[in-house]
Amino acid sequence: MTDQGIGARVLRKEDKRFITGKGKYTDDIVQPNQAYAAFVRSPHAHANVKSIDASAAEAMEGVEAVLNGHQLTGDGIGNIICGWGITSKDGSPMNMGAWSALATDKVRYVGDAVAVVIADSKAQAQAAAEAVMVEYEVLPATSNVLASMKEGAPQIHENAPGNLIFDWEIGNKDETDAALASAHHTTTMDITNNRLSPNPMEPRSAVATFDESEDHYTLYTTSQNPHVARLVLSAFYNVAPEHKLRVIAPDVGGGFGAKIYIYPEEIVCLWASMKTNRSVKWTSTRSEAFLTDAHGRDHVSTATMGFDADNNIVGFKVNTKANLGAYMSLFSSSVPTYLYATLLSGQYNIANVYCDVQTYYTNTVPVDAYRGAGRPEAAYLIERMIETAARELGVDPGELRRQNFVREFPHQTPVIMAYDSGDFAGNLDQAKAAADVAGFPARKEEAAKRGKLRGLGYSNYIEACGIAPSAAVGSLGAGVGLWESAEVRVNPVGTIEILTGSHSHGQGHETTFAQLVSERFDLPTDNIQIVHGDTDKVQFGMGTYGSRSGAVGMSAISKALDKVEAKVKKIAAHVLEASEDDIVIEGGEVKVKGTDKAMGWHEVGLSAYTAHNLPEGMEPGLKEGAFYDPTNFTFPAGCYICEVEVDPQTGVTEIVQFTASDDFGTIINPMIVEGQVHGGIAQGIGQAMMEHAVYDDDGQLLSGSYMDYCMPRADDVPNYTVSHHSTTCPGNPLGMKGCGEAGAIGSPPAVINAITDAIGNNNLSMPATPSRVWAALQQVSAAQAAE
Amino acid sequence: MDMSGEYRIAAPIQTVWDAIQDPEILRGAIPGCEELEKTGETEMSAKVSLKIGPVKAKFAGEVALKDLVAPNSLKIEGEGKGGIAGFAKGGADVQLAEDGNETILTYQAEAQVGGKIAQLGSRLIQSTAAKLADKFFANLRDELEES
Repeated sequence: MTDQGIGARVLRKEDKRFITGKGKYTDDIVQPNQAYAAFVRSPHAHANVKSIDASAAEAMEGVEAVLNGHQLTGDGIGNIICGWGITSKDGSPMNMGAWSALATDKVRYVGDAVAVVIADSKAQAQAAAEAVMVEYEVLPATSNVLASMKEGAPQIHENAPGNLIFDWEIGNKDETDAALASAHHTTTMDITNNRLSPNPMEPRSAVATFDESEDHYTLYTTSQNPHVARLVLSAFYNVAPEHKLRVIAPDVGGGFGAKIYIYPEEIVCLWASMKTNRSVKWTSTRSEAFLTDAHGRDHVSTATMGFDADNNIVGFKVNTKANLGAYMSLFSSSVPTYLYATLLSGQYNIANVYCDVQTYYTNTVPVDAYRGAGRPEAAYLIERMIETAARELGVDPGELRRQNFVREFPHQTPVIMAYDSGDFAGNLDQAKAAADVAGFPARKEEAAKRGKLRGLGYSNYIEACGIAPSAAVGSLGAGVGLWESAEVRVNPVGTIEILTGSHSHGQGHETTFAQLVSERFDLPTDNIQIVHGDTDKVQFGMGTYGSRSGAVGMSAISKALDKVEAKVKKIAAHVLEASEDDIVIEGGEVKVKGTDKAMGWHEVGLSAYTAHNLPEGMEPGLKEGAFYDPTNFTFPAGCYICEVEVDPQTGVTEIVQFTASDDFGTIINPMIVEGQVHGGIAQGIGQAMMEHAVYDDDGQLLSGSYMDYCMPRADDVPNYTVSHHSTTCPGNPLGMKGCGEAGAIGSPPAVINAITDAIGNNNLSMPATPSRVWAALQQVSAAQAAE
Repeated sequence: MDMSGEYRIAAPIQTVWDAIQDPEILRGAIPGCEELEKTGETEMSAKVSLKIGPVKAKFAGEVALKDLVAPNSLKIEGEGKGGIAGFAKGGADVQLAEDGNETILTYQAEAQVGGKIAQLGSRLIQSTAAKLADKFFANLRDELEES
């Protein structure tokens, strides 16, 4: 047996090119006759565009063209759409405002593009973009939901009165109200989920080439889902029919959700390539990334959790107001609804859950999915609520959770989801033991002697991955099916190419997908190549987001491998004159069980392609494809325990210990999974303690560079203790649940629960910067002084 | 951020009042001012070079004097476009009070910026604006007292 199958810590095959600087990213692509695009962007959050004078720019050296939104719409390029329709309580559809890739008459956020300059060099394009004179009539702006929902607030889209996009609900309202009314104890909190900039290391980029002789377009772009990009560019934006448009997402340096969507710049580059008959390249600057990459989160919620006299949760009611920015991005509507409120039962057996969500336009960049997408918002809400409730009830927060855990599966929650598996108490026990919770009081006492406030916080998160059963999401408003495809090509020499619709942009698919094949056919991973990210190579796919590439993408590969395995066995049985049932594949050979009769794996491949001696009626070749549509979501879950020390003099918080026990189902490569968890927790710590995308009241982005937007660095995060306590997912052939987002979902409430425990004040919002922690400590001192 | 101030100027109130409306004096007093031309009774066009944080830009814009109540109060408003650097606008309410042969000038200023200059220099805007406003009135006093 090779030692590279499921469960092996195989080093990442892709790292050789990445760590030697040989990765090939979109910005590395150079096309013949390539020109550069620079966008003219609005400095105003809300304004009417009175006129655009491009005459000075057009006269500048090297300028090929200056193009505007009226030309774009005049050429029939369609408006940018949101692909998930949400229906309001009253049955009305969501109010989607028009979004042109280049604004025509009105700009709605700082960074909204009004024109593009195409020039011979990047510098010429930028210089000319500065020379384009745009006359604006500045309008009042709003930058947050509380301002947008006010009477008399600036109206951002004509078809969304009061800036309301939709008013949606889920769960059983009357029963939840009744349960809370008769509850023995209720806990109510106002909870804000801070707005974040996504910050993938590689900024967005596009290189578009129109080939006039073939009437064909090629787009290299930084996408997590190139097939979806092609579909949308073709079907909705009318750039070109699908068979005349090839989309390639080569190496992509991180996505975190921000590279799911099809942005104005990609559309404009394709169109500008046709207009100028040149290849057109654009690469975002970091400043542009802050302004124009879709942001994440930005919820304002009020929640009430009710308990009976025995501390069982009897009801949970939530109202959330979500900021979707100036336009509805591709999946923006699904994030604060079906990806969020369906997880509000948490790990707990709650009979009554109700949530209603109002979403609003604001004069800010669109808000969409960001690592976790809705589930971090849900986990943060529930896990802060239950921790606070435990403090109010005077019981141990871990034990209050344990008492309310779902213990029998499948478990139907009141909010759509049917949990299929899990052992929440097992994760809690594993984490408590690893974190030495029993020794915490002594550590707290020791810290107090050093003048430090030590606190401990739990987070028992559950999330939904493996999105998703196509018919189910279709019935909830999704515009696409969320299956995945795969093709397995065994070459005549026995090497294997796996074509997958999943896309790797940091997840290590080239390694883990090869491990799956290695496990099945007992071949070294060096003999297996993973092909992805090119619509000309892979027929179709739905891409990578929502931790779906294992549970959905690998399940599709597994189905295709089933077909290849069956054919291999048929060929071998025929050649070796044995029964198919007696054929086994191991050690690079295809053998007849219990005999010395065998063919080399490569000989089977060769037989399939020479076709000299195949079973009667069998087609030559060894290539099989499969589409896999999941039967349910998967439900990764776990317990995170964070321990912090706060300096009461300064409010500076240090995470001194972070313990994770995750249930991801089957794990293909523990090293890669641990890396995903480490990265996810680091991002969660970033949200909890540092990161905050801030607009001023006029809609100017104040956190527009790394001077003002604080990302976690190596010395901000602790050594993690990561462990697994897994139950097999019954919903897919491999038993996988997904691990890509769990760390970012589970960690923020653990961090905040630890800090609020340390300082003795539950009134603390993310990011818990030193100044906020210090201010919360002063509230405690003031309250004590008043007593 | 305190965007107000007070100056005692060793000149009669009418002299100060006239100076505030004199393009020559204003050109010398506005920090970074490279050009200032009178375009109307109370309007001027200006070119001002400014550095806020990491962003240095030349702003082309208009300066207008409003709500003139001679010789006691007026409002100075300015608005400029700095190309890709964004825009800046601001204003100051100015009051003059006679104190013997001297004049006491008080002002309350406000400033707003947008675009790249806000994105990159937001933390520095208030302090820079306060400093620039103070510098303007200090320059004005110095010019008057020298002449």
